[in-house]
Amino acid sequence: MRKLILSAIAAVGLMASSGAAMASGGGEPLMKPGFSWEGFFGRYDQAQLKRGFEIFNGVCSNCHGLRLVAYRNLAAVGLTEDEIKAVASAREIADTPNDEGEVRMRPGRPSDKYIGPFPNDKAAAFANGGALPPDLSLMAKARVGGPNYIYSLMQGFVEEVPEGHTIPEGKYFNKYFPGNAISMPPQLMEDLVSYSDGTKATVEQEAADITAFLNWAAEPELDARKSLGLKVMIFLVVFTAMLYALKRQIWKNLH
Amino acid sequence: MSGFQTNNKVISWLDQRLPIFSMMQHSAIDYPTPRNLNYWWNFGSLAAFVLVVMLLTGIFLVMNYSSHTSLAFDSVERIMRDVNYGWLIRYLHMNGASMFFIMVYIHMFRNLYYGSYKAPREVLWWVGILIYLAMMATGFLGYVLPWGQMSFWGATVITNLFSAFPVVGQHIVTLLWGGFSVDNPTLNRFFSLHYLLPFVIVGLVVVHVWALHTVKSNNPLGVEMKGEADSIPFHPYYTIKDLFGIGVFLIFFLGFVFWAPNFFGEPDNYIPANPMVTPPHIVPEWYYLPFYAILRSFTLDLFGIPAKLQGVVAMFSAIIILFFLPWLDTSKVRSAKFRPLYRQFFWLFLIDCLVLGYVGGKPAEEPLVTIGQLCTAYYFAHFLIIMPLLGKLEKPKALPASIAAAVLKEKA
Repeated sequence: MRKLILSAIAAVGLMASSGAAMASGGGEPLMKPGFSWEGFFGRYDQAQLKRGFEIFNGVCSNCHGLRLVAYRNLAAVGLTEDEIKAVASAREIADTPNDEGEVRMRPGRPSDKYIGPFPNDKAAAFANGGALPPDLSLMAKARVGGPNYIYSLMQGFVEEVPEGHTIPEGKYFNKYFPGNAISMPPQLMEDLVSYSDGTKATVEQEAADITAFLNWAAEPELDARKSLGLKVMIFLVVFTAMLYALKRQIWKNLH
Repeated sequence: MSGFQTNNKVISWLDQRLPIFSMMQHSAIDYPTPRNLNYWWNFGSLAAFVLVVMLLTGIFLVMNYSSHTSLAFDSVERIMRDVNYGWLIRYLHMNGASMFFIMVYIHMFRNLYYGSYKAPREVLWWVGILIYLAMMATGFLGYVLPWGQMSFWGATVITNLFSAFPVVGQHIVTLLWGGFSVDNPTLNRFFSLHYLLPFVIVGLVVVHVWALHTVKSNNPLGVEMKGEADSIPFHPYYTIKDLFGIGVFLIFFLGFVFWAPNFFGEPDNYIPANPMVTPPHIVPEWYYLPFYAILRSFTLDLFGIPAKLQGVVAMFSAIIILFFLPWLDTSKVRSAKFRPLYRQFFWLFLIDCLVLGYVGGKPAEEPLVTIGQLCTAYYFAHFLIIMPLLGKLEKPKALPASIAAAVLKEKA
């Protein structure tokens, strides 16, 4: 049994270390500020999610889509029903054909998925100098380093290109972006938005908040997952201990 | 050991016509099992348990999955976001695949350590290898279904391997693809086969258990059961021990599901498949990595044979060679407990496989290429040179007279 546990630990350790070694991007190691949803008991901070949403809705969504998140889902971020309706109706989407067969535009509804800023990818790339701004629904799961990558990238812009790097026209130097030349201009600055909860909008604060919101967009089930996990684990530990006691009892007469 | 007896007339009536109760009594309750099995013998039943978990979660996933290239990715995300407990079912299935391989790899290495593949258990071992091959195919097919970047490019790289075979290669690839590139027909046939193969595995497991019950379990001492004193009935001794094993396993498994569900996955697979953009570093799932390293360690065209073909042949040989193991191992003694030399080579071989796995997951750069080549050479040398020689050169320790004698001496 002791050997079994030791080998299990060794195997997990080996896999973890190889996983960590694979995490490389633009050269600079990622910043790890520590987020509220990390760890065994970690949960989202709803106030932070809402602040993150305010940045997304006000800034990011001018170029990026969020096509897997429905407006109705924003209730989890702390928006009221009326606020959700207001956010949804800010953009228009093609309606189903009416009785005369005409397709009209209608304002978005809470049941719609978040309506992107461009009608299609070609239009999005054309409006952004040929670079397609990626959809952000899964960004926190689709990059090595996840939330730490987003947090670092948002603060990784360097105005003076370091020696030894050439950045093409229309691109920007970012310490964390693979290859360093990113098409997105720096976005975050002091007081980029005025938060409705009165929090001071520093660059770090904004980076952390937008990271939190995007992590929620990618893993909306996280709170439910960890809370169910906790209950399941408590049950399993007790149940397995009882099975072990029963095993000892049954085997007692044998040896 | 009592046969099946009952006072219930209905059960008795049924059993005389279809002896399911007698069979259960014979195969799951009275079934004689060595009294000295250690916890390494839990991993067979654990693998069977994971198989059931995979079948159940898979059936529910299919109810919400669309196997069209334009819908597959979003249908998986819909499962994650809108289907009740869909995230749980999918994460169980995703991590269950990795768990299945962990359980089976431990099961296989236990078998190597204790020489369980030797006579009279060769056929039992063969069926096990067939299960392993079917698992590899199923895992690969399943990884393609979410239609992310790694799904698409993994499918492209792996199916292209078959093009290495002369004359028929390109035809095989076209047949696998259902066209001239990995596309919608590929996804559809992969989905169909991914649903079929698990039931093939179930069938093979039945044969595996049948063979097991014919020759009975090996044990840590590697000496056969000789009399009543050596064996205990499967129930209640091993039913409770296996149940306890499942409890411990679930804590391990669900720890990943609830707290690190994407630990075994690749971030790139959360990007929808795009044939126009190649990911910088294409890697298969972790459980194929040692074989991927063997494949890539052939870098020179030799005697007119392209390096790719050599690699593909070596990769398949690395598994096929296992079928011959019962004869490549010339030792009369089964358990490494009594084979002081083999015991050391066993650990070397295990380390060799782990290093191969590590190399397989990394970009092909020096010094890893050379390390991979050395480890590949050692992998084959272990089977073709070391195993046959050890049996001749090694002087095994004295075997105990019987299981009971050894166990009771230990207690005294």
